[in-house]
Amino acid sequence: MKPSARTTKIAAGALLVCLVSSAFALHHLDRIGTQTSTEEPLYIPSPKVIKRFSLGYDGLLADLYWTRAVQYFGTKHYQHARDYNLLAPLLEITTTLDPHLIVAYEFGANFLAPRPPFGSGMPQRAIQLMEFGIRNNPDEWKLYYNLGFIYYMELKEYAKAADAFARGAKVPNAHPALKVMAAEMAQHAGELPMAQIMWSTAYQTVRDPYIRANAITHLRALQVDEDVTNLQKLISVYQQKTGNLPSSFTDLQTVRLLRTLPLDPFGHAYKLVAGGRVEVRDPDNFPFITKGTPPGYVAPPVRFRPEDLGAS
Amino acid sequence: MPVIEILELEKTYSVGFWRKRPRIALRPLTLNVEDGEIFGFLGPNGAGKTTTLKLLMGLIFPTGGSARILGMQINDPRVKAQIGFLPEHPYFYDYLTASELLEYYAQLSGVSSSERRRKVSEVLARAGLQDAAGTQLRKFSKGMLQRVGIAQAILHDPKVLFFDEPMSGLDPMGRREVRDLMEELKRQGKTVFFSTHILSDAESLCDRVAIIHQGELRGVGAVEDLTSSVEGKAEIVWHGNSIPASLNSLTTECHLVGDAVRAVVREANQDAAIDALRREGLRIISVTPVRTSLEEYFVRKIQVSQTAAGVIS
Amino acid sequence: MSLRASYIAANTFREAVRDRVLYNLIAFALLMSAAAILVGQISIGIERLVVVNLGLTAVSLFGIVIAIFIGISLVSKEIDKRTLYTVLSRPVQRWEFIVGKFLGLAGTLVVNTFFMAIGVFGALLYVAHGFQAADGWIVVALYFIILQFLMITAIALLFSSFSTPLLSAVFAFSLFIIGSFAADLRGFAGMAQGFTRWLATGAAYLLPNLSSLNVISSVAHQQAVSTQLIISNTIYALVYAGMAICGSVLIFERRNLK
Repeated sequence: MKPSARTTKIAAGALLVCLVSSAFALHHLDRIGTQTSTEEPLYIPSPKVIKRFSLGYDGLLADLYWTRAVQYFGTKHYQHARDYNLLAPLLEITTTLDPHLIVAYEFGANFLAPRPPFGSGMPQRAIQLMEFGIRNNPDEWKLYYNLGFIYYMELKEYAKAADAFARGAKVPNAHPALKVMAAEMAQHAGELPMAQIMWSTAYQTVRDPYIRANAITHLRALQVDEDVTNLQKLISVYQQKTGNLPSSFTDLQTVRLLRTLPLDPFGHAYKLVAGGRVEVRDPDNFPFITKGTPPGYVAPPVRFRPEDLGAS
Repeated sequence: MPVIEILELEKTYSVGFWRKRPRIALRPLTLNVEDGEIFGFLGPNGAGKTTTLKLLMGLIFPTGGSARILGMQINDPRVKAQIGFLPEHPYFYDYLTASELLEYYAQLSGVSSSERRRKVSEVLARAGLQDAAGTQLRKFSKGMLQRVGIAQAILHDPKVLFFDEPMSGLDPMGRREVRDLMEELKRQGKTVFFSTHILSDAESLCDRVAIIHQGELRGVGAVEDLTSSVEGKAEIVWHGNSIPASLNSLTTECHLVGDAVRAVVREANQDAAIDALRREGLRIISVTPVRTSLEEYFVRKIQVSQTAAGVIS
Repeated sequence: MSLRASYIAANTFREAVRDRVLYNLIAFALLMSAAAILVGQISIGIERLVVVNLGLTAVSLFGIVIAIFIGISLVSKEIDKRTLYTVLSRPVQRWEFIVGKFLGLAGTLVVNTFFMAIGVFGALLYVAHGFQAADGWIVVALYFIILQFLMITAIALLFSSFSTPLLSAVFAFSLFIIGSFAADLRGFAGMAQGFTRWLATGAAYLLPNLSSLNVISSVAHQQAVSTQLIISNTIYALVYAGMAICGSVLIFERRNLK
C-alpha cells in the first residue's frame, strides 16, 4: 500500500547516474564548443534587425551581447588570434540596444581601432562608434576622450584629436586631462608625455579589466621607451665626452652622468650590449615597446599578464 | 478467507500552506468482505466512501493501517489483474471509440490478443452498447458513459468488483439493468463491493452493508439483522376530517389535507390501523411506507453522530 | 511488463494524432509555402539561407510548443479528468505509465518533425531548384531538434507529474528560454566570483543546455557538423531526458491522486 520501494530505489539510482553523466557530457560539449564557436558567424549581424526583434527587452539583450563581446575578445586573446572580426558587430549591436553602455564604447576604442594583432584594425568604425555614443550621451566626457584617443594613437591625426579633447573638456565634470591635452596638442603632439597622460587617464578611469590591462601594458612600454631613449642619450654624451663607448652603466655613473642604476618597470636592470645599445632584459615582458629590443627580435603575440587582468 | 480485509485503514490529509491542519478523511476502519457477497458501503456525500475505494485501489496512500484483497497486498499486479473498478462520474478518452477504449483496457489488463475482440464485443453487448461501439466517446451521454464504465470493469472477468456510485446518472431503466447485472455477477460467484447513498438499492441488493459517516464506521451487518432492529413507518391517507378515537394510540402524527387525513403509524401497527379505519367505515385512499427500514436505521446512525458532534440539537 | 508501456505509448500517440497535431502540420505547410514564395521574390542570392533558417526555426518552435502543451497535460489532464483511475486500477505500474506517456509523445514529435521536414525540403527545392550535397547536414540539424524535443518533453512531463497544467507550462517554457541561453549563462558563471560563480555554475549544469543542439545557422551556411558533436549531443540529450523521467517516476510513484 506504500509506493513501491523497488521502483523508488531504481529510479533514484538511475537519476543519480543520469545527473552525473549529464554533467560530464556537458563538460565535454563545452570543450568541443569553445573550439568551434569562435568560427561561428554572427547569426544576425544587423543591429537594427536585432533591435526590432528584441520586443523591448533591449537592456537584457544588450547585457547579453556585451557579455558575448567580452568573451569573444577574451577567447581570441587567449588563443593569440590575429583577428577580431566579430568584435565590431558585437559592439555595434550592444550599443544599438543600449546606447548608454559606456564601457562598450571604451572597449571599442581600445580594441577596435588598433592594427591586428592588437585589435580589429578598424579605426574608422571605431570612430563611428564613438560618434554614435557621443550623439546619445553628449555629456559623457569619456566618449570624447576615447574619440581623441583613437585619432591620436591610431590615425595620428593630431588636429582632430585636439578638437575631440577640446569638445570633451567643455562637458561638465570632465577629467582635467582633457583640457591639458587639448592645450598641449599643438606643440607636443607625438611626444611621450602626451601618450603617458592618455594611458594613465584610461587606467585610472576605467573599470573593465581588459582595458586596464591594456593601459598598464602600454604605460610600461612607454616607460621602457623613455628609459631607453634617455640612456641612449647619456651614452652618446659619454661618447662625445670620452671618445669611447661605455662598457657598462657604472662607467656612466663614474662620470656623474647617471646617479642610480636604471631598472625597468619590473625591477630588472637594463643591459648595455656591445655597440652601445641599450636593451631591456626580457623583451617578451613588454609588448608594444618600440625601443630596447635586440636586432631581429620578433615580438610574440600580445598577452596580458594575469595579475594585470585581476587587478581591478 | 475474506476476499477483502481492511485493518485499521486510515487517511489524514494535511491541509493548508503554512500551518498544516490535519483533515481526517477516514478514521481507522476495520472491515471484512466475504467471498461471493454483495457488500454495500453506505453513507452521505463526503462520508469517506470514495476515499476508502481509492485507498483500496492504490490511488492514494493510507496514513495508517493496511488492507488486503484476495489475500495479497493492494499494489500487487496479481491483485489488479483480478479486480475491476468503476469510479464515480467516470470519464474516458474522448477521442477513442467505445470498442477502441475497451481494447486498450483489455491490453492493459493482460487479456491475450486472441481473446480481446471476443471479450470486448461480449462486454459491449452485456452493457447494451453494441450499437454505439464505433462511436467516439465524446459523443456519449452520461448514462452511456456509466455503462462503458461498467463494461471496462467486468471486461477481464475479475473476481472482485469495486463500484463507486454505480447507479449515478442512470435513468430508472438503467438502474434496473445495473441491479440485474450485479445480481448476475453474484450468481457467477464474484464479490461486489459498491458504495452508494441510495438506500433502496442497497436494501434490495446487498447481503451486508456498512454505514460510514464523517470518515467513521457507524455500523456493519447483514441487512435483515439491521432492519429488524428498527421499525418502519407507514403513512395512511383516508377520506375524512378527524381521527377516530381507536386510532389515537396508534398514530404518531397526523394532519388534515383538504378533505383527507394523513397519519403516520408504526409498521407493526399498520394492520391494526387499517382494521380500525375499516371498522369506522372510512374510505382508505392510500397506505405508503414512509421510510424503509434500512433508511430509518441509517438516519438514526447518522443522527446519533451528528447529535454527539453537536451538529443537530 | 514493458509491453504495457508500449500500449500506453501507442495510445498516447493515437491521442495526439487525433487531437491536435494534424492542425499544426497544415499550418506549418502553409507557412512554409508562403515564406518560400515571399523569399523568392525579396532576396536574391540568399534564398537558400533564409529558407533553411526559417524552416528549421519554425520546425523547432512549433515542435517545442507542441511538446510543452501536450507534455504538460500528459499527466495533469489524466488526473483532472480521472481517466487515470481506470488505468491504474489495472495491473499497470505507475512508472510504466510515465515511460509510456513519454514514448508516445516522443514518437508523435518524431513523426511530426518528419512531415515538417518534408515541408522544409520542399520549400528548399522550390527556391533553389535543386539540392546540394551540403544540404545533407540539414538532416543532422533536424536530428538535433528532435533531441531538443526529447529534453523538453521530459521536462514538461516532470512538471506535469506534480504541478497544475498552467504552472507546468510556465516552468517548462521558462526552462526552454533559459536553456537556449545556456551558453551565455555558463559564460556569466565563468566571469563571476565566489558564491555567485558556484551558484551560477550549478544552475548552468542543471538547466537544459539547448544551445549546443542548435546548429541551424551553421547548417544554413552549409557548414559541416562534427561527428564528435553529434555523439556528445546524443548522449547528453538522452541522459538529461532520462534524468527528468526518473524524477517524474519518483514523484508520480508517491503522489496521492485525489
